[in-house]
Amino acid sequence: MNAPATTAVEALPTVKPDRLPLMLLPVLALVALPLIGSTSTWVTLTFAGLAMGMIIFIIASGLTLVFGLMDVLNFGHGVFITLGAFMATSVLGLMTGWTTSGSLLLNLVAVLAAMLVAMSVAGGVGVVFERVIIRPVYGQPLKQILITMGGMIVGEELIKVVWGPEARPLLLPTAFQGSILMGDAAVEKYRLISVVLGLIVFAIMTWVLTHTKVGLLIRAGVQDREMVESLGYRIRRLFIGVFVVGSALAGLGGVMWGLYQQSVIPQLGSQVNVLLFIVIIIGGMGSVTGCFIGAMLVGLLANYTGFLVPKVALFSNILLMVIVLLWRPEGLYPVGKK
Amino acid sequence: MLNHLLSGDLPRSRVLAVVLVIILAGLLLTPFIFPGAKALNVAAKICIFIVLVSSFDLLLGYTGIVSFAHTMFFGIGAYGVAIALTRIGPTWKGVAVGVAAALVVSLALSLVIGLFSLRVKAMFYAMITLAVASAFQTMASQFSEITGGEDGLSFKVPELLTPGFSLREAPFLGVSLDGKLITFYLLIAVTVVLFLVMLRIVNSPFGRVLQAIRENEFRAEALGYRTVSYRTSSNVLSAMFATLAGALLALWLRYNGPDTSLSFEIMIDLLLMVVIGGMGTLYGAVVGAAIFIVAQNYLQELMKLASGASIKIPLLRDLVHPDRWLLWLGLLFVLSVYKFPAGIVGKLRLSAWRKRMAQPGA
Repeated sequence: MNAPATTAVEALPTVKPDRLPLMLLPVLALVALPLIGSTSTWVTLTFAGLAMGMIIFIIASGLTLVFGLMDVLNFGHGVFITLGAFMATSVLGLMTGWTTSGSLLLNLVAVLAAMLVAMSVAGGVGVVFERVIIRPVYGQPLKQILITMGGMIVGEELIKVVWGPEARPLLLPTAFQGSILMGDAAVEKYRLISVVLGLIVFAIMTWVLTHTKVGLLIRAGVQDREMVESLGYRIRRLFIGVFVVGSALAGLGGVMWGLYQQSVIPQLGSQVNVLLFIVIIIGGMGSVTGCFIGAMLVGLLANYTGFLVPKVALFSNILLMVIVLLWRPEGLYPVGKK
Repeated sequence: MLNHLLSGDLPRSRVLAVVLVIILAGLLLTPFIFPGAKALNVAAKICIFIVLVSSFDLLLGYTGIVSFAHTMFFGIGAYGVAIALTRIGPTWKGVAVGVAAALVVSLALSLVIGLFSLRVKAMFYAMITLAVASAFQTMASQFSEITGGEDGLSFKVPELLTPGFSLREAPFLGVSLDGKLITFYLLIAVTVVLFLVMLRIVNSPFGRVLQAIRENEFRAEALGYRTVSYRTSSNVLSAMFATLAGALLALWLRYNGPDTSLSFEIMIDLLLMVVIGGMGTLYGAVVGAAIFIVAQNYLQELMKLASGASIKIPLLRDLVHPDRWLLWLGLLFVLSVYKFPAGIVGKLRLSAWRKRMAQPGA
C-alpha cells in the first residue's frame, strides 16, 4: 500500500520557483555602480541601503503576514515602532554606565536588553491592541481602516503622555560607533550589525515558515483560510500569535530605526507607515519573501538616488511602486487568493 | 420651499434641526455677538471645514471609499489661488484663474487615481492614496520657486476683500464694515451654496446608486450599474468640492503653505469630524466640523483648568494636559466607530424615529 502513495507524492507537480524578482537586487546594485563611479562610495551606499532595507523588512514583515492571514491591514502598526524606540530610550537611559563603557560585551548586553524589553512590551501591547481594536471589526474593511487609524492616534498621544512630545536622543553604545574600512570604503559598524541582524530575522522567519508545522499552517492560512479552518485548526488563535510576533518585530525594528537615526520622535510611526505600505504592496500583500525584496529595493534605491539626484530620492519609493505594479500588478510575489 | 431647498433631505429630528439652526445662526452672527479676531477665525474655519468634510463624506460616508488623499485636493485648491494671486496680482481675474486651474488639476488627478486604483480593494485604495498624498506634500515643499516651499506663500487678495477696504466709515452695531467682514459673509454664502449642491447630489438618483454601492457593491453591479464609473465620479466630485474648500481657505487666510492645507494632521482631523458627526449624512459633516473646531480651539482652555485642578496626580495631570486634547477626541473617534457608526446625527435621527414609532396612531 505504501509504494503507490510515495510515487503519488513524487508525481505531484511542483511549482517552478519564481526567481525573477530576486534578480532585481543585484541588477539594481550593478546598474548603480557605473552611475556612481567610485567603488568605495558604492560600497558605502550599498551597505547603507541594505541596513535600511533590513530594518524596514523587520518592521514590515509582521504587517504583511497579518494582512495575508486575516485580510487585516493595521494602519496602527506604526505605534509599535514608536513604542519600541521609546522603550529603548528608557532602557538605555537606565544603563548609561554600560553603554558608555566602551566594553563590547557590556554594550551588547545593554542593546540586547533594550531590544528584548522593547519586543516584549510591543508584543504585550499587541495582545491588547488585537483584542480591543481589531477583533470587534473583523471582516469590515471600512471600519477596520478607521479604527486602526484611531488606534494610531490614541497610541501616539499616549506615547506623548508617557515620554513627552519632544524628540529624545537614542545614542549608539560606544563600541558600535565609528566605521570599519573595507578597502577604501568606510562602512559604519552599526550598518553592518543591522544587516546581520536583519538576515538572522529573515533566516529564522523563513525557517519557521517552511520547516515547522506552525509555519505550514500560517502559509496555508494565507493561501486559503477557510480550508485550514475546515481541517480543524483555529486560525484565530494562529492569527493572534502572528499579530503579537508582528508587533514585537515592529518594536525591534523601532529600536533599530531609532539607533539608526540617533533620536526618536513620537511621530516616527506615522512617518514610517507610508514606507511600510509601499514595501508590502511592492512585495505582494502577504508574501514574506516579497516583503524582503521590496524592503531591500526601497532601501537601496533611496540611498543610490539620494547620492545621485537628491530631489528624485524623495519620490523614489513611489516611482518604484508604480514601476513594479506596471510589471506585476499584484506585487512581486502575488499570494494566490481565491 | 425649505423641503425643496434641502432636496427633501430634512433633518428628521427636532434636536438636530435646532442644533443646525444654532450653528447657522451662530456663524451668521459671529461678528456681532463674539467680538475679537479669534472667534471670527474659528467661525470661518468652521465654514471651510463644513465644505471639506461634506465633500469627504460624499466619498467615505456615501460611497464607502476610504481615501487619504483628500487633503491633497484641498491643498491644490489653496495653492491654485495662492499661486495665481502671487503671479497675476490681487485681481478677481487672478482668483478665477487660480480656482479654474486648481479644478482642472484636481479633476485630472482624481480621475487618474480613481481609474488606476478604484477597481481594487478598499484597503489597497487607502494605501495608494496615502502614498500619493505624501509624495504630493513633499513635492509642494520641494518646488519652492512656485510654491514657496516650507515657508508657503503670502499674497494679496482683491481690494474688496482686504482688511483695509471699508464699506462705510461709521461702524454698524459696533462692528466695522471692512473687507474682512465682507470676506466672511462671502465665505458663508459660498459654503451654504456648496452644501446645498452636495445635498442635492447625494439625494439624487446618482446619490442613491452611490449608497447602493456602499451597501453592496456586487448587488449594485448585478442591477446593471457600472460601479467603477460611479465610484470614479464620486471620487472626482468630492475632489472638486475639496478643491473649492481649499480656495476658500486661501482667500480667507491670504496665506498658504504645506502645513496649513496639505499636512496629514488635517487628514486625521477630517476623519475625526466625519465619523464623530456621522458618516453618510451631510448634516453630520456640519455638526462634526462645528464641534471639532470649537473643541480644537476652546477645549484646550477647558483642559488647562482641569490640569490646574488635578495637578497633584502626575499621570492624570499629563492625561488632561491641554496639548493632549487629541487623545480624548481620538478615544471619542474609536468609540464612535464601535458604538454609533452613524455618529451624532445618526443617533439623533434614530431616537427621533423611535419616538415617532412609539406614538399611537403613527
